[in-house]
Amino acid sequence: MLSFDLTDEQQLLKDSVERFIERSYPFDKRRASSKTDEGFSRAHWKQFAELGWLAVGLPEDQGGFGGAREVAVLMEAFGRGLVTEPWLASVLLAGGTIARAGSETQKEELLGALIAGESVMAFAHGEPKSRYDIARVETSAKKSGDGWVLDGHKAVVLNGDAADTLIVSARTSGKARDREGISLFVVDPRADGVEVRGYPTNDGGRAAEIKLSGAAGTLLGTEGKAYSVIEETIDRAAAAVCAESLGLMSVLNAMTLDYSKTREQFGQKIGAFQALQHRMADMFVALEESRSLADVYMADVDSDDLAERQRAVSALKVQCDKAGRRVGQEAVQLHGGIAMTDDYQASHYFKRLSIIARQFGDIDWHLDRYATLTQ
Amino acid sequence: MKITYTAEEESFRQSVRAFIEAELDPGTRKKVLNGLNMSKQDYVGWHGKLATRGWSCPHWPEEHGGAGWSPMQHFIFDEETSNAGAPGMMPFGPDMVAPVIWTFGNEEQKKQHLPGILSGEVWWCQGYSEPNSGSDLASLRTKAERHGDHYIVNGGKTWTTLAQWADWMFCLTRTDSSGKKQEGITFLLIDMKSPGISVHPIITMEGGHEVNQVIFDNVKVPVANRIGEENKGWTYAKFLLGYERSGMAGIPQAKRALARLRMIAADQEDADGTLAENPRFRRKMSDVEIQIVTLEATMLKLLAQQVQGKTPGPEASFIKIRGTEIDQLLTELTMEAVGPYVAPFAPESLDTGWNEEPIGPDYAAPVAPGYFNTRKVTIYGGSNEIQKNIIAKHVLGL
Repeated sequence: MLSFDLTDEQQLLKDSVERFIERSYPFDKRRASSKTDEGFSRAHWKQFAELGWLAVGLPEDQGGFGGAREVAVLMEAFGRGLVTEPWLASVLLAGGTIARAGSETQKEELLGALIAGESVMAFAHGEPKSRYDIARVETSAKKSGDGWVLDGHKAVVLNGDAADTLIVSARTSGKARDREGISLFVVDPRADGVEVRGYPTNDGGRAAEIKLSGAAGTLLGTEGKAYSVIEETIDRAAAAVCAESLGLMSVLNAMTLDYSKTREQFGQKIGAFQALQHRMADMFVALEESRSLADVYMADVDSDDLAERQRAVSALKVQCDKAGRRVGQEAVQLHGGIAMTDDYQASHYFKRLSIIARQFGDIDWHLDRYATLTQ
Repeated sequence: MKITYTAEEESFRQSVRAFIEAELDPGTRKKVLNGLNMSKQDYVGWHGKLATRGWSCPHWPEEHGGAGWSPMQHFIFDEETSNAGAPGMMPFGPDMVAPVIWTFGNEEQKKQHLPGILSGEVWWCQGYSEPNSGSDLASLRTKAERHGDHYIVNGGKTWTTLAQWADWMFCLTRTDSSGKKQEGITFLLIDMKSPGISVHPIITMEGGHEVNQVIFDNVKVPVANRIGEENKGWTYAKFLLGYERSGMAGIPQAKRALARLRMIAADQEDADGTLAENPRFRRKMSDVEIQIVTLEATMLKLLAQQVQGKTPGPEASFIKIRGTEIDQLLTELTMEAVGPYVAPFAPESLDTGWNEEPIGPDYAAPVAPGYFNTRKVTIYGGSNEIQKNIIAKHVLGL
């Protein structure tokens, strides 16, 4: 049976995160912390831990709770607040990968520190030439005594400059695009041979280029078998940013509607013009369609059936990126010049939507995958 | 379209090429071709070089300094300067206020202002929009009160492009509020050095400073700086908007952006080769190219009419609509081509003299800022919604 209602636990989570965004995450504070060296507030991160949000989506036996729907509840609210804290990088990308790949000891040690808020982590997978190709790993790892040494370049590592632990993918055998032969490693960013170049991103967050030259790494899980783990990580991240985009779109739609009811030109509210009314109706439809798809298909992201999971994720990403494009561009256009400015919040929501469309597979990448899955 | 060139046209092309080769500053060219930040000197320097050759405002009537070219010569000139990476001409002087001055200004005004526009020595800005008068421009409220041989101007303009570099502003002011809003507007030329003018930067979403708020606090403007008659400014303003909009096709810029897109697509590796070899992406690039040549065909027709002395009519509106839509499509496709490396925000890397290692491919840094900034083009110069209203009303008679 289909149920669109949230469970009591999900509702509690939703209430708590929405309350936080509303009361403790005003735009001017977000803007200020986004401009700091780390790009987020450590005080907020501590609060996230206390509220239990750093456990969402992680396994119950490690102190975690919830699956894709809980992640979606959190991410939608983070979208509303344009949250810059590294939840996606640290908990979903790094934490989720550890949970799926790590040994019992590794999970206990790493996830414990993550959930407690003592550690910020990042997932270093993408490379300068990989675009959205998950198997394109050229970074290499070679055995050296008891451990491994890594060489290569990891690109646009989200929050890579704030992390005290890196989860790095590297090739232990095979060629650049082989699915076999990819392994995961735990790397200390302060170790010799690791160069982290952090920078701000166009959506108010931060990322880093990470260069490894003979850097020491500890194997996470089984050698050569990380492809399916990474693929699931990327799928879950894609679904999560779709939920985030629902939050972003809902704010933009509300701001545009509100503006159209206050801004006057030609002696009337601009919302009285039918040409603009139709476009706001389209923006509303775009968001509501995306929300429906997410409500029904988000649970499939937890499916053990690989094809079912991937169909759901690709459908979501295509729909939400298309809707995000329409809502983002129209919100700016309907506001006019004011939404072009850095001072006005809408521009920041538009920018985040524009970057989401280039993360974890773009529309064409997901359309191709969907076509392959359904042929 | 297969264009066949006469021997004279071919020789003209060679002379344009030779001129560019000899005169275009290599630093300026590099900035244009790589989408880096331009200085005032980049624009003014190139304009000055063109002026010495008599090519700075070739589309002007010959009596004021135009080149007297055929439409085909304009076409060749635009193509060559664009391909070579010459900076675009700033429209405010040459394309906007100059036709108003030679059409409605008096002899003193022509003598005072046209030479500086032609030579590029005087930078103009446009004082049209106000915080509460955007699409509804005629509702503007910046007040000009007559005191003897002066007006005293109070109020403010917004979205004033590059006012921080401007020597003069052409400005719409309110001189009468008693009748219809279009009937009490006066067109003034204002010296930006006048006491009481202050320019306040507006930072746009990509982080750039291009537009400004300009505040007038009891600014004295001589009546001699009024264009035409008092309260008739709306007529001149609308005349100017026709020129502004027909200048917005931006064909050379679009062609350059497409060439850059193709270069990026050829560099981005895709599952089976490069993105430029991916049939789906090739179709997208071809589609935008067809849109560009279609608009170019329209422009050629319009140019032919303009050379015969016809002023641009409401068809300028459709050129503005299509030109700006194409601009936006190109910046969006470029985002798509670059992929994950659109994320890094590295504004310092767009400045001259920055020589650190780029984050990702060296073409990536200007791409997202370019996409964000280009959202403005369907808003400014009369939003595209306003252009559609003009077509509906004045062309279709609805």
